[in-house]
Amino acid sequence: MAEPHLLVHHKGDNVGVVVVENLTAGTEMLCVVTEDNSDFHLVVNHDVPIGHKVGLADFATGDTVIKYGQDIGKIIAAAAKGDHVHVQNLKTKRW
Amino acid sequence: MNALNNSFMGYMRENGRVGVRNHVVILPVDDISNAACEAVANNIKGTMALPHAYGRLQFGEDLDLHFRTMIGTGSNPNVAACVVIGIEPGWTARIVDGIARTGKPVVGFSIEQNGDINTIAAASRAAKEFVHMTSEYQRQECDVSTLWVSTKCGESDTTTGLSSCPTVGNMYDKLLPKGIYGVFGETSEITGAEHLCEARAANPEEAKKFMSIWQAYQDEVIEPFKTSDLSESQPTKGNIEGGLTTIEEKALGNLEKIGRSSTYIDALGPAEEPEKGAGLYFMDTSSAAAECVTLMAAAGYVVHTFPTGQGNVVGNPIVPVIKITGNPRTVRTMSEHVDLDVSGVLRREMTIDQAGDALIEMIRRTANGRATAAEALGHKEFVMTKLYRSA
Repeated sequence: MAEPHLLVHHKGDNVGVVVVENLTAGTEMLCVVTEDNSDFHLVVNHDVPIGHKVGLADFATGDTVIKYGQDIGKIIAAAAKGDHVHVQNLKTKRW
Repeated sequence: MNALNNSFMGYMRENGRVGVRNHVVILPVDDISNAACEAVANNIKGTMALPHAYGRLQFGEDLDLHFRTMIGTGSNPNVAACVVIGIEPGWTARIVDGIARTGKPVVGFSIEQNGDINTIAAASRAAKEFVHMTSEYQRQECDVSTLWVSTKCGESDTTTGLSSCPTVGNMYDKLLPKGIYGVFGETSEITGAEHLCEARAANPEEAKKFMSIWQAYQDEVIEPFKTSDLSESQPTKGNIEGGLTTIEEKALGNLEKIGRSSTYIDALGPAEEPEKGAGLYFMDTSSAAAECVTLMAAAGYVVHTFPTGQGNVVGNPIVPVIKITGNPRTVRTMSEHVDLDVSGVLRREMTIDQAGDALIEMIRRTANGRATAAEALGHKEFVMTKLYRSA
């Protein structure tokens, strides 16, 4: 298999993790779901550093972000599919 | 393939436990005895002082934890013999007596009415005898089931949840059934995955015990002391740089370390020795690396597995800390800290099963005597956990 750009833990997740360095906006990423080794392609909208997340869906404020098949927090600023998802648009529901 | 099928070469201790190191430790009872301990360690080669910041005017549960950590550290099977130095004889004797229950050589000295110089002279002579004696100890073939392997991750990022943490989990899935002791902790970093952790208890009583420890942390620490949503503390600045955004996301990656099949058979207090036999334990600990590893070492664990994403460099004076990373940038920029590179998992060149086998092989080599990166680089972080202000 070719080296993936993005790994997704679970089928139902709406974010994935960039696993290559120097990923630039406009790249058509090979995305692999680790749960079942299925893959798909997605164009990334920003330069996203290794380890950072990319949205797999369009998000509105208040939406729940799912990773590992679990709730990891809420969207605080709208984001489009392919956008960088991090502290600027995602926040904990705790504390 | 399973590399650690049978045995490794370890040090049989008087109480039947097995060590993977053979340290002679000079242990201060309190902060003001650090100077004498360091002088002894400087005089006598092959010994190691463990200076720390506490031990005066503590009381109640906090004092109990101090004694448990001191006695547990001296009792750890990686310690062959121990010299204890305190300011006065009472608490010094309490720690000496606690360590002596293991049957290992231990002797105490106190400074009042002697002064540093006479104390250092007497303690140096005792330490020198311990070095002669313990340097003749030989490694023997020991069964894998005698290993006690702890885990805690640090400077996590999203790669730890994808690679290095599940590598540890896979190791536990393979070695716990062989009869090893395991432990995980990091009470604060389970927040967001507490429901999953609760479900991994061996029985409802342990689930309840875990949840009460976790809830107490929320009620007694987070709620009274927080001034924000803990951004930049949990997750840390390093976690955020590495792509982790929320405590929930961090906790889910963290919990990958306990694998798929094991359940924990007890929820321990900090530095508490497991007493329910072989298996996996939860321990109530801080998520700060040095504090957590120190508590697990004091509970008797002899090898530590430490997944890191952004590159936490922590070590421990008596327990080898094996660093595992899957982050290719960390492998590239700080390889001297990495014992096991599992970045192939991210490239889909290596499966978690293969990574788990590679970790088992690294544990075997480390138990046999291979110096870890942290040992070679001199990382000896010994950090006592303090529960509240002293009197």
